[in-house]
Amino acid sequence: MNRTFIGCGAGFAGDRTDAAIPVVRALSECDGARYLIFETLAERTLALAQVERRNHNGLGYNPALDRFIRPVLRDCVAAGIKIISNFGAANPRAAAKRIVALASELHCPPLRIAIVEGDDITDRLSPADLAEREVGGHLLAARPEIIAANVYLGAEPIVRALAEGADIVVTGRVADPSLVLAPLVHSFGWRLDDLDRLAAGTMAGHLLECGSQVTGGYYADPGVKDVPDMADLGYPIAAVDPDGTFVITKPAGTGGLVDRRTVTEQLLYEIHDPAAYLTPDVVLDLTAVDLDELGEDRVRVRGARGHPRPETLKATVCIGGGCLAEAEISYAGPNAAARARLAIDIVKARIARQAPGIALRADAIGVMSVQADGDGAAAAQAWCHPPSDIRVRFAGQFPDAGSAEILLSEVEALYCAGPAGGAGLRRHATPRLISASCLIERDLVTPIVSFVGAAP
Amino acid sequence: MSGQIEVPLYRIAHARSGDKGNRLNITLICNAPRFYPPVAETTTAQCVAEIFASRRPTRVVRYDLPRLFAFNFVLDDVLEGGVNSSLGLDGHGKSLSFVLLAATIRIDRALLQTDTAALPVTTAALRANNQTQRQ
Repeated sequence: MNRTFIGCGAGFAGDRTDAAIPVVRALSECDGARYLIFETLAERTLALAQVERRNHNGLGYNPALDRFIRPVLRDCVAAGIKIISNFGAANPRAAAKRIVALASELHCPPLRIAIVEGDDITDRLSPADLAEREVGGHLLAARPEIIAANVYLGAEPIVRALAEGADIVVTGRVADPSLVLAPLVHSFGWRLDDLDRLAAGTMAGHLLECGSQVTGGYYADPGVKDVPDMADLGYPIAAVDPDGTFVITKPAGTGGLVDRRTVTEQLLYEIHDPAAYLTPDVVLDLTAVDLDELGEDRVRVRGARGHPRPETLKATVCIGGGCLAEAEISYAGPNAAARARLAIDIVKARIARQAPGIALRADAIGVMSVQADGDGAAAAQAWCHPPSDIRVRFAGQFPDAGSAEILLSEVEALYCAGPAGGAGLRRHATPRLISASCLIERDLVTPIVSFVGAAP
Repeated sequence: MSGQIEVPLYRIAHARSGDKGNRLNITLICNAPRFYPPVAETTTAQCVAEIFASRRPTRVVRYDLPRLFAFNFVLDDVLEGGVNSSLGLDGHGKSLSFVLLAATIRIDRALLQTDTAALPVTTAALRANNQTQRQ
């Protein structure tokens, strides 16, 4: 059977760096075209990379690249497994050069490394042009400084890179599922108007792009949804047939599990209308999908339907978002709850005086850490039976790091000037980025494929 | 035994949250096909809007996926601006799937009686059990 196998070695920039090793071992034993993807580019990651590129010329790609690639590069090259990843972030060219250096260090034979660019549209579109194309808000109308503006490219430039013989394809912003769709289009020769095939490949990409989230990660609930051996979760592999039907599985001997339930959770993850999941390549309709458990850790997925791709491309535009100030202090033992509340009252009073109008929030970790809500009813109920060990967390939104100091200092001052027994102070300020979405005409975007050592 | 019994959704379904900006989606997946009709009947978009009322959703839509025994709830404007703006610890709303699972619905008691026999946790639970016993 003429199958193509695609493994995923990372589902986000902070993912396990040893996860790809068993995936590559399993792929090496598969008979057919084999690819390994790493998806490491969350929405804000690219803007942070852009800032880094400006501050340190030559950087701006995903620094995790080394940790992800190093353990598997030699084995991939030896087995003919091609690597596709968006860890190029704001500087795919620099990432590609870094891989060349790594390959040389690891004594790999010469590699053909492709670079996909053209997602950065800041040269093409002015801030005014972008503001005109913003959807779902008006953040850009005030003409803030634009830190990054990148369009989600589709599979096409990656397909081109593979057709030109790339062993490794490094991209910046592309739609996550396109990392998987592209090698399938290349491998099977699917036409770019064969909508159901494109939908099937996009669905495979959607299931793989978050790594272990389809193999038991982000799923375990002891006694209810048990997952074996999570310390050695196996990352996913899709075994795809030429007609687009595929099986999701994982390397033998690894932890985790693949069953109907893990696949269903990931199939619908971050989906809105399941009949219309928009990607640059196709609109994916999941409503007729069927899942069949074929045996241990093997689920067959079929029935994706495709509709014509959107006429525009989505772009994410990042602008400065001020500074998040966070500081925490704990109170424990008899009457801890009252002392925690007193600390909150004190800080609120002091901030109201020094920085009136600042958005300030206080959470009592131990009472409620993440589920406190708008009107505070859930938290109020939780306060009825408070624990005796409470960590108060203050969070405030400030224009910049300098003004964020107001909150950090006030919480720190609780050490002496606050309630009895305050302990374990921690404080940090985090610069924030906020993002706007724009819809960009396709003819304004030109994906560019080049190879290391050759001019773009 | 017959009649109805009140159970948390947690008993008969599982869920996962996802976000895009200030929009939250929660996928609710029934543990077995037989739970799909009662959940479809009771866990309406209106009902979910009420569960999350304190977050003031501006719109709640339920999408039905009968072949997967699942529902996708999409709640607009419930994440305090989303991960880039929220002052809370869970700007993604990742923990909110368990808020939905804590909600209770009334179902026929008979549906629960074959509960353990039909739970499709099967391979997973069995293997986990086997592993525990081996250790």
